[in-house]
Amino acid sequence: MRSVFRFRHGVHPPDRKGLTAALPVRRLPYPDELVLPLQQHAGRPAKLVARVGDRVERGDVLAVADGHVSVPVHASAAGTVTDTGLWPHPSGAWEPAVRLAVDAHSAQAARPRLVPHWEELSPAEIIGAIQDAGLVGLGGAAFPMHVKLQPPEGTRLDALLVNGCECEPYLTTDHRTMVDHPRRVQLGVRILMHCLGVRRAVIAVERNKPDAIEALTATLPDDLDVSVLPLHVKYPQGAEKMLVKAVTGREIPSGKLPLHAGVLVQNVASLATVAEVFETGLPLVERIVTVTGGGVVHPANVVVPVGTKLKDLFAACGGLRDDVAEIVMGGPMMGTSVGNLDAPVLKGTTGLLALRAHEVRHEPARPCIRCGHCLDACPVFLNPQRLGTLAQASRVPDMADMHLKDCMLCGCCSYVCPSHIPLSQLFAAARAELRRKESAA
Amino acid sequence: MAALPLGSWMTSGLVLGGVGVVFGALIAAAHRRLRVWEDPRIDAVAEILPGSNCGACGFAGCRSFAENVVEGAAPPSTCTQMTEDAVGEVAGLLGVDAGVAVKRSARLLCAGGLGLARQDASYVGLGTCRAAAAVAGGGKACPWGCLGLGDCIPVCDDDAIALDARALPVVDPDACTACGRCVDACPRGLLELRPVAHALVVQCKSALEGDTALALCDVACTACGKCIQDAPPGALELRAGIPVVADGRWDELSPDVTARCPTGAIRWVVGRQRFDARPEEVAA
Repeated sequence: MRSVFRFRHGVHPPDRKGLTAALPVRRLPYPDELVLPLQQHAGRPAKLVARVGDRVERGDVLAVADGHVSVPVHASAAGTVTDTGLWPHPSGAWEPAVRLAVDAHSAQAARPRLVPHWEELSPAEIIGAIQDAGLVGLGGAAFPMHVKLQPPEGTRLDALLVNGCECEPYLTTDHRTMVDHPRRVQLGVRILMHCLGVRRAVIAVERNKPDAIEALTATLPDDLDVSVLPLHVKYPQGAEKMLVKAVTGREIPSGKLPLHAGVLVQNVASLATVAEVFETGLPLVERIVTVTGGGVVHPANVVVPVGTKLKDLFAACGGLRDDVAEIVMGGPMMGTSVGNLDAPVLKGTTGLLALRAHEVRHEPARPCIRCGHCLDACPVFLNPQRLGTLAQASRVPDMADMHLKDCMLCGCCSYVCPSHIPLSQLFAAARAELRRKESAA
Repeated sequence: MAALPLGSWMTSGLVLGGVGVVFGALIAAAHRRLRVWEDPRIDAVAEILPGSNCGACGFAGCRSFAENVVEGAAPPSTCTQMTEDAVGEVAGLLGVDAGVAVKRSARLLCAGGLGLARQDASYVGLGTCRAAAAVAGGGKACPWGCLGLGDCIPVCDDDAIALDARALPVVDPDACTACGRCVDACPRGLLELRPVAHALVVQCKSALEGDTALALCDVACTACGKCIQDAPPGALELRAGIPVVADGRWDELSPDVTARCPTGAIRWVVGRQRFDARPEEVAA
């Protein structure tokens, strides 16, 4: 018998969450310097308004949103702007960033401001406040939240789907948010339901987090239709399309959004931050980050100001061991390697992994043996074997015909490939190539 | 009736032959009426062209180039692959001026090879520049620098590019036909087509200045401006931390401009590029 709450395909990697799952979130002392890149979200980079020498308080605007698909960047600590030039970005490039010398003697209190009662605001005003607070999806993609909250005219939404799956191994950011701040999550749900005008909300959590399910169930509101739905443990359960399929049974068509299936998906950490914005008036200036992996002396879940340099973050977690082989920002399945520890934590940084040699397996790629494991793993039903062959022959247009654009780079195919073919990397490179060709045309 | 077999052979022979004659006449008529005249010189020119369809001339291929040359839309010297003799032959055949060919070649705008550019991490994975560039910039600290995995080499049909000891591609200007494929292949846009006569090459694209630039690479341009002081006023100007030759002022420059460069980022290149730590002018 097939359970309703499932999607087909996917993989079961070891979750390795035990390193940090039981550790409550703790706060780190402020570092001496913070670096806030203008490009921390999907969309256009923010437009710089701060000048070198400016004295700023925590929560002050450093850069304003440039257009609709953009959000402002705020000072995540009180201090002085020392530079607005280029600085290493986790992507590997050097990007424009604001360097902030943190005032060691400041109490780091926010500049007093009026916190509006969200109940009295119209949906449009709430959405405006969310953009002004610099809110983005905190699940990793960092897509500006206010854009997602404004579905095109004529879209019928019937439910808010809250994503507490956190299917990536190692990461426990969302898990700890749900356990430590269930009331904040519930308030976030309440605010967004009011804002979107939906009657129903479902909080989906993988069954490997019983304490989170318990905490959320205990805080469920009496006056709203909010429920907690335990889901099967499988990667990539937290991917929007998989989640919508598992919860509602509706399949999102190729190239479409969850909106087309009548639901809006938001991550639990994002919702907790929405609640925080309307409770304290403080914009998005800090976030919970999981610092873990065998290469970290004291793995931890920490609240850090956005813009904390990775080396400061690791130093505050006891430092790195000598045999660290790779640093990954995000989860091990979809995260990206980082080459420079001067790069800062961004709004969308869910975790940092310092992996030792035995946690990272580098095997030379061997020829495809056509076993078909990748076809059984691909959650969007592509043919990674064929796509991989085409990618190795640089036949990008043919790959586009085979729905390369539907690939979400979840990494399932690379994970199961017995020949260690870096399929997902081939697809990422091919997609970049395709974008380049399309923008040139 | 007894001769039925013979009669049926004759019938079928006559019918088939008749059909053949009728259609033959039709084809002959069509050949006269629908004939398209083509300049025989196009075939003659196409015969001389290299036939590699490299596209460097800007036309769809050698045949298309031949048509345009015969029409007079392009001078024969537009083809960068033909020898001078072949160009002369085409010009003689058509009775046109061969035109002045500007010999162009691809140049690499980076000198930060192994041992000179700082390496932050080692990249393991797919061995192409494009893939490496997507993974935290491929391990080299400088995000503008050459990744050294040679995406430009297999796309070169003329075998004009080879990696040197520091894993930087060196282009042989004599063999390069300036087709531009390597320019497209480089994910960092480090290869540039330019006339060989424009000998001044800034072998760096870093937007950083001063010590910040030097911290990433020993041979970076630090935007110190010494070359600009040594050049005729206005001939060189600083754009995004890199000296750039002002429009139309190539002729005024001389090798002296490069003499005081503290890192050797700006070079006077004759023949192949060299990516050693210090230029011979400074060492001498």
